[in-house]
Amino acid sequence: MSTPFLSIRDLRVHFGTEDGVVKAVDGLSFDLEKGRTLGIVGESGSGKSVTNLAVLGLHDPRNTKLDGEILLDGKELITASEREMEQLRGNKMSMIFQDALASLSPYHTIGAQIGETYRKHTGASKRVARARAIEMLRRVGIPQPDMRVDDYPHQFSGGMRQRAMIAMALVCDPELLIADEPTTALDVTVQAQIMDLLKDLQQEFGTAIIFITHDLGVIADIADDVLVMYGGRCVEKGTKQEVLRTPEHPYTLGLLGSMPSLDGPVDVPLSPIPGAPPSLLNPPSGCRFHPRCTFAEKVPGDLCSTEQPALKLTDGRGSACHLTPEQKRELFADYATARTN
Amino acid sequence: MLRFLVRRIIGAAVILVIISAIVFVLFYAAPRDPARIACGKACTPETLELVRKNLGIADPLPVQYFDWLKGIFVGRDYTSFGHCHAPCLGYSFQSRESVLSTIADRFPTTLSLSLGSSVIYLIFGIGAGMLAAVKQGKAVDKIASSASLIASSMQIYVVGVLATYLLVDQWHLLDRASYTPFTDNPAAWAKGLLVPWIVLSLIWTANYTRMTRSQMVEALSEDYVRTARAKGMSRRTVFFRFAWRGAMGPIVTIFGLDLGVLLGGAIITESTFSLQGLGMLSVKAVSTNDLPMLLGVVMVAAAAIVVFNIIVDGVYAFIDPRVRLA
Repeated sequence: MSTPFLSIRDLRVHFGTEDGVVKAVDGLSFDLEKGRTLGIVGESGSGKSVTNLAVLGLHDPRNTKLDGEILLDGKELITASEREMEQLRGNKMSMIFQDALASLSPYHTIGAQIGETYRKHTGASKRVARARAIEMLRRVGIPQPDMRVDDYPHQFSGGMRQRAMIAMALVCDPELLIADEPTTALDVTVQAQIMDLLKDLQQEFGTAIIFITHDLGVIADIADDVLVMYGGRCVEKGTKQEVLRTPEHPYTLGLLGSMPSLDGPVDVPLSPIPGAPPSLLNPPSGCRFHPRCTFAEKVPGDLCSTEQPALKLTDGRGSACHLTPEQKRELFADYATARTN
Repeated sequence: MLRFLVRRIIGAAVILVIISAIVFVLFYAAPRDPARIACGKACTPETLELVRKNLGIADPLPVQYFDWLKGIFVGRDYTSFGHCHAPCLGYSFQSRESVLSTIADRFPTTLSLSLGSSVIYLIFGIGAGMLAAVKQGKAVDKIASSASLIASSMQIYVVGVLATYLLVDQWHLLDRASYTPFTDNPAAWAKGLLVPWIVLSLIWTANYTRMTRSQMVEALSEDYVRTARAKGMSRRTVFFRFAWRGAMGPIVTIFGLDLGVLLGGAIITESTFSLQGLGMLSVKAVSTNDLPMLLGVVMVAAAAIVVFNIIVDGVYAFIDPRVRLA
């Protein structure tokens, strides 16, 4: 069996703070193949962004401790030197961020920012890099790229800025693209355009994409596989169809329940998940979701509050929950009927 | 750009006129009569009236002010000095010398003092601030931060006297403060100003260290700095090309204003080292009720600040494209 393109094993990201150790990511594993898109879903503070900053090595080494294994094309990234990481960033793997206006330098032109990535990794001349920047802008659908290349980010609209950011991330044809909520700040039509663009580019270059979002609608559009994170851990994993159609974890079910449905009856109230995301400084005992879980009492004894459920996977599909498959079928079906009737 | 410049220059002129009017009013609000001082002890009412006329302060205040303004733009005539060409700032009550030539005479001292110490404090202040920002939280940062806190709370008249005593009198390392024109002898110019430069820049270095550090720390936490790292830019590139670019705007602004203030006369430094610059001139003008001289010095100081304000705005637009196009 060949090793997957990106393989993360038992990743732990711990921050030292004045109040103690924050376990932002606590034992996360997943694989990603080229040409596939993995959607990572979770609330704020579930560890999804932290995981991906760790992949790029952009965490703050002064207070962050990384453990586990991150293998990119067989290369271990956690132990890699800063110089090696610099060679990889923007070249073999790159990232696009949520707030394109804040994430692009206000002091440099769009063309210079795209071009310098290219020059850094290919050693191309300024002229060649500029031509490449124009080509990239054209490819991401910026009209009149040879004029706009000398504009500054504040002269671009929100959607164009995000396109420019994608152009910058893709200028060296990376094999791994991490998109951290790239469409959250955009309106829906622009959001759809950006996602189509990502899909097209992926088809063209076979890029592996990690798409971080809290929006299940976006996941339904773009992802092949879905990983649901809660409190720094993976609580459910599977293909998009599996996770969205037949969720196995009460948290995923809760996420789906808090989304309005277009084809369901309109007068059904949304059911938000009660409570707040867990503190990662003092995570709840046992299953981290149990204080907010509707089904915790269905599990015999106090298993949910004492024992952390293991993530049981068969062929990449599974969840971390103490409920038995039979219980889930029964309880989740009731829940679904209650929502649709 | 041209429209911006014209608008700013008109604004600056208005400000300067207002400042001069305020100085005029304030001067006469003080319960002292320059004529009586000039006239001396044995002074009859007749002589006093004569002195008053001679000094040009017999007329009502608005007339005096208008004459003064007129002198600047078209020149004016004096009974005792004849015609004074524009720009005419009048003649000192005290020395009877032309105000403009006195200022022109003193300005090089102040200019040398300000520019020399600016170079020193910019180099060391920005350097130390950057170092502290890179080594955030480490020993270097803590030393730089506490040293600058101590230095910025020192006073020039204390440090200046102490430095002269130790460096000049006790250890014979440096020369006593003096001013030799640069054009006469550059080496003597630098040697004579070294102690004042060091003392004046010590406190300013401390301020610039703290300011640079905080600006850099803030800039380093910007999203675009993280993006630059995500593109594979090295720490050094990120630090200088991105973070420093963001931090230098506010530093340039403050520097421009500070330099404007210094050029108006570093009063305490000049007094401490007995350097005959604009600062000393203004102290003397105040203590001798020398209105024309005082007005002249104040106008130069105000003009320096106003001009550097305009320069700063121009430079800022150059640094930050968002300002340029707004």
